[in-house]
Amino acid sequence: MRSFSILLLRDIRVAFREGEAIGTAIGFYLIVVALVPIAVGPDPKLLSKIAPGILWVALLLSALLSLKRIFKTDFEDGTLEIIATSSLPLELTTAAKSLAHWLTTSLPLVLFTPLAGTIYDLDTITCLVLILTMLVGTLAISFLGSIAAALTLQTRQGGVLVAIIVLPLYLPTLIYGTVTVSITSMPPGDPWPSFLLLCSLSLASLAIGPWASAAALRHQLQ
Amino acid sequence: MKKQNLMQKIANPKFFMALTDKLLPVITFLAIGIVAIGMYLAFFVAPVDYQQGHTVKIMFLHVPSAWLGMMGYALMAISSLSYLVFHHPLADVSARSCAIVGAVFTLLALITGALWGKPMWGTYWVWDARLTSVLILFFLYLGIIALRSSIDDEALASKQAAIMAIIGVAILPFIKISVEGLNIPWLGLNLPSWNTLHQPPSVLRSGGPTIHSSILVPLLINALGFTLMFFALHLKAMRNEILRRKIKSLKLAEIARIRSYESTIANF
Repeated sequence: MRSFSILLLRDIRVAFREGEAIGTAIGFYLIVVALVPIAVGPDPKLLSKIAPGILWVALLLSALLSLKRIFKTDFEDGTLEIIATSSLPLELTTAAKSLAHWLTTSLPLVLFTPLAGTIYDLDTITCLVLILTMLVGTLAISFLGSIAAALTLQTRQGGVLVAIIVLPLYLPTLIYGTVTVSITSMPPGDPWPSFLLLCSLSLASLAIGPWASAAALRHQLQ
Repeated sequence: MKKQNLMQKIANPKFFMALTDKLLPVITFLAIGIVAIGMYLAFFVAPVDYQQGHTVKIMFLHVPSAWLGMMGYALMAISSLSYLVFHHPLADVSARSCAIVGAVFTLLALITGALWGKPMWGTYWVWDARLTSVLILFFLYLGIIALRSSIDDEALASKQAAIMAIIGVAILPFIKISVEGLNIPWLGLNLPSWNTLHQPPSVLRSGGPTIHSSILVPLLINALGFTLMFFALHLKAMRNEILRRKIKSLKLAEIARIRSYESTIANF
């Protein structure tokens, strides 16, 4: 367990010292969020109606940008091979790296959501529910994303392939995340079932993600 | 030597080539014949729908394509799993061929669906639940094909594509349920669909089909014909892939032979 936390802390430290991944993700998120009202027009009613969907899509795309970094840099300079030879099982290594991605990319994005919510004139309850669904849903984004990052480690072209592979996997999370928010903002209707399904998806990806990405990594590390 | 069972015999590429050499023309001929009969029944015998008119004929192509798109994914997943477990190259060849043929049938289902949607719903595309889940299935196929073709190391590409196919199977139920909803009365479970306009499944459902036999019979004949066509294409693609690999290994052996010849000359 000690080597798990050491690896986790090291990844977080590297991410914050480089600062590039976090900065790119947050910058992209805020740019998308700011561009949409300019494109569709400033009508507050329309904006607050489409806001949950826009914010969720912006979050997905920004998190996508940094997925490749989960394993890529460590793989290229050989660090990943050294980590793989340590006593830590590969499954826990991938879990630590996915968790580090969640803490350093997804969580900061969620923290910027209240700011984005005020741009879109969201009321407090809707904004809180949106943040809650994002907090839960981003776990699935980081852990399923690590699978795509491991699968595309040695591919010729980069970003687009990750997107094609990972977007079908994100679809259920996106649906339940946005459905939960839209049911809360438009009563009557019970948002609990879709929120619980969102939680179950995140738990399932916690269970699938580390094993699948370890399986994808294993025969690339000799 | 241990006696081989039938599966092990077929898994031998040499035996497989010899077997499919005989089998493929028969399957192809049967597929063309049955599709011809099915299409004749569909166009000249089956009644014209009183609401939909002649556009109902699209169904005879649309429904089998959608079925085969899904069956192709199942076959690809089984092949991928057996490749990861038994490491047999033929399973990988099968998975690779399935991806391409299955993707084509899924695309066919999407295109015929769009052409059918225009006269029926007034638009080529609606964000209907079942259309969306077929579209996502198509994206899964595309992801697997793209992943395989963008990794240079072929052995690695096969393994990564197989892992992706199996992850797809793990995630497909979630996609289907989240998009199409789920209703299990005896569990008290009723999840609403994301958005629906499409008619519910009317052939494969508990309590018997809801289609009249005059349409159902041509539909099933067409489905059988297209399934045979799927397997004919699949076997042909597998044969091509085996030949491609054989040519590649022959080329490599030739290069190695020339290199060793050159090095012996250089040593003189």
